[in-house]
Amino acid sequence: MCDMTVELAERVRTAADSGMPLHLHGGNTKAFLGHPVRGEALSLHDHSGVLHYEPSELVITARAGTPLREIEDLLAAEGQMLAFEPPHYGDTATLGGTLAAGLSGPRRPWAGAARDFMLGCRLLNGRGEDLHFGGEVMKNVAGYDLSRLQVGAHGTLGVILEASLKVLPRPETEQTLVQERSEAEAIELMNDWGGDPLPLSGACYDGDHLYLRLSGAETAVKAASRKLGGEAHPDPDRFWRRLREQELSFFRHQAPLWRCAVAPASPPLGLDAAQLIDWGGGLRWLASRQPAERIRRQAAEAGGHATLYRHGDEATARFHPLPPPMLALHQRIKRSLDPQGILNPGRMYPEL
Amino acid sequence: MSTAASTVERPSRARIIADLQALLGDAGLLHLPEDLHPYECDGLSAYRQLPLAVALPETVEQVRAVLGYASRHAIPVVARGAGTGLSGGALPHTEGILLSLAKFNRILDIDPRNRTARVQPGVRNLAISEAAKPYGLYYAPDPSSQIACSIGGNVAENSGGVHCLKYGLTVHNLVELEILTIDGERLRIGNAAPDAPGYDLLALMTGSEGMLGVITEVTVKLLPIPERAQVILAAFDDVARAGHAVGAIIAAGIIPAGLEMMDRLAIRAAEDFVHAGYPEVEAILLCELDGTNEEVSEHISQVRRLLQTHGAVEVRTATDEAERARFWQGRKAAFPAVGRISPDYYCMDGTIPRSRLAEVLTRIGELSREYDLAVANVFHAGDGNLHPLILYDANNPGELERTEEFGGRILELCVEVGGTITGEHGVGMEKIDQMCVQFRPLELAQFHAIKAAFDPAGLLNPGKAVPTLHRCAEFGAMHVHQGQLPHPELERF
Repeated sequence: MCDMTVELAERVRTAADSGMPLHLHGGNTKAFLGHPVRGEALSLHDHSGVLHYEPSELVITARAGTPLREIEDLLAAEGQMLAFEPPHYGDTATLGGTLAAGLSGPRRPWAGAARDFMLGCRLLNGRGEDLHFGGEVMKNVAGYDLSRLQVGAHGTLGVILEASLKVLPRPETEQTLVQERSEAEAIELMNDWGGDPLPLSGACYDGDHLYLRLSGAETAVKAASRKLGGEAHPDPDRFWRRLREQELSFFRHQAPLWRCAVAPASPPLGLDAAQLIDWGGGLRWLASRQPAERIRRQAAEAGGHATLYRHGDEATARFHPLPPPMLALHQRIKRSLDPQGILNPGRMYPEL
Repeated sequence: MSTAASTVERPSRARIIADLQALLGDAGLLHLPEDLHPYECDGLSAYRQLPLAVALPETVEQVRAVLGYASRHAIPVVARGAGTGLSGGALPHTEGILLSLAKFNRILDIDPRNRTARVQPGVRNLAISEAAKPYGLYYAPDPSSQIACSIGGNVAENSGGVHCLKYGLTVHNLVELEILTIDGERLRIGNAAPDAPGYDLLALMTGSEGMLGVITEVTVKLLPIPERAQVILAAFDDVARAGHAVGAIIAAGIIPAGLEMMDRLAIRAAEDFVHAGYPEVEAILLCELDGTNEEVSEHISQVRRLLQTHGAVEVRTATDEAERARFWQGRKAAFPAVGRISPDYYCMDGTIPRSRLAEVLTRIGELSREYDLAVANVFHAGDGNLHPLILYDANNPGELERTEEFGGRILELCVEVGGTITGEHGVGMEKIDQMCVQFRPLELAQFHAIKAAFDPAGLLNPGKAVPTLHRCAEFGAMHVHQGQLPHPELERF
């Protein structure tokens, strides 16, 4: 528990004055995402501590450097959870890094993404000004939503100091069913069932098997599992955790790992690649040496985009290129928060 | 108005009208006073103003042409959907064009496989659910005005409703937007996938009150219609006890689809109006549970037990669809019902942490006595979003001003206990002074900088949502030392 606000603000102000870029980091578990930043390291790791947690309000507020594990343990003790199931990718993952990366786990299509749970935050902009947006209540439409804007901005728009997140009760019961299916069948079924009022909370296909997680009241889970059919998974918690943390054998491929977010009912992408499908069809992980342009074109045709996630070469852009007018708008937004361009420059796009 | 805008020579009124007629045709432009009057206010009728002209474009190209014209001649533009907003967000600008999107009322595509609906901004909220119903799907956010309000306005205000606690606000239920910037640049924000590359502009646009761009297309997420929905009505002889019961339900791990509360005055007004069969008590709670058959059965019995142990004097469960509709009828009609018992009422909209509910209601009661104005309380208890309705009579000299001051005090109270000045109606014109209470000058300056990134000349909906620092100084919430504002380099509008 340590409040570093004053020191951090001073560091950012000094950097803004000298124009020296800062490389923001927390627990360094997601350093592989995005392009490397050349700049002085600014660690948020020690700026930590849970500031406020009221289970009956469904809200937790903590400093950016608070270990994600500490937050999850605290919530679990009250029968609650971060419903977007953030990936940790290591023991040292922090809250701030989780939000800056904006990643969500298997429950995302049903419960919402990281940005959906962001209620408010305190941040330093690129001038080192200490600003507070949003709040600790569920509904708040005062001012532009600059807190959700920080989620997935990879620290290029501000140094998140504190964040308030909505939390949810953990489901009373969970069960995971496993069915042997082809890829086309699996996509078809995930979207058929996605349109039915079923207590689904996970739907993943590993190339051979379809995994369906059901969550809710025990009677409801039982009834749905009778309807869907399949073998009950013997250790479902471990399976979904290993999927979330990219520990399943699929993720051992050494080919570039692509994250393709697409319209969930899109047919198989038809690329020469090992593949794992999550989010009921909306997220297609590809291990592939196909040219980046080809993968990006296929993802765009399926209504989405492709991110080079791991094992990429230096020359390939990590994030899907933005159309020129969109990039220009991004640059103006970046300048409005970080006029000197000192916060994680180049992390997402060279122009930001 | 910024310097960039003021250096442009402005055409005469007649010239502007002739030019716009050339762009839109005679049928696409209203400019005679009698034609302008229906547009003089939105749902907040306390503020009225006639626009210079009302543009009624039918195509995106026409919208683009109007924006391009406005941009070239530095003419303000206020976009407007159905005009049901309650904070004066669509109040016309006397020197500006009111851009009505009423003709953009087509549902372009329902994609049942991907569970999305692509619609034009003028489509009514409820029409989306009606169109999705044959596929077993619906659009979750349900503002009380959903029969009339348009989806473009919902996006602009980040509208909520009864379903918000469980299903989120508009921002949680959007997939993609098409917008035009003030320069007429057409941008697609978001995409058909669960996320999009770059910054989360979908979040930034939602709730931006027409200040950043004009929405020309909206793709929303559709959800499966729950197998079953059932509502419980619980009566309490003490408002605080009803508030504690709300906390107990949520602490038990149950997230209702709706959790609404009404106080004595609101109950009486609603009962006199729709005869819902409400008991005469201090507070009633309506708790709707939805989900699978089994889940609803289980939760209904849990919630009944919780309500009883938390002091409900009566608990009724709707046994059929007709009874469920009757329970809701009073709540949904609460605003017009209060309109019947008072010549005028002023609807406030603030959010507080739920645990402070009893304290806030007590303080509102004290203020009610201080200002000698009655208050009926209707609120989304599950998410702490209050709607105190202040009863007044505009014909009594000074009463509107007293009402507004009282309303302002309520909003300041919301901020004081850790909440916000608006939960779902937006800031608009109405709460612009209270923005100076919730935000400090540095934060407001940051909002202006964001606005400038989209609209450097400040032509889109000027004067709304984010106050100038001068205005805050006049409001008394900030001190300007020797005329020095923070960030003198930033444009003010």
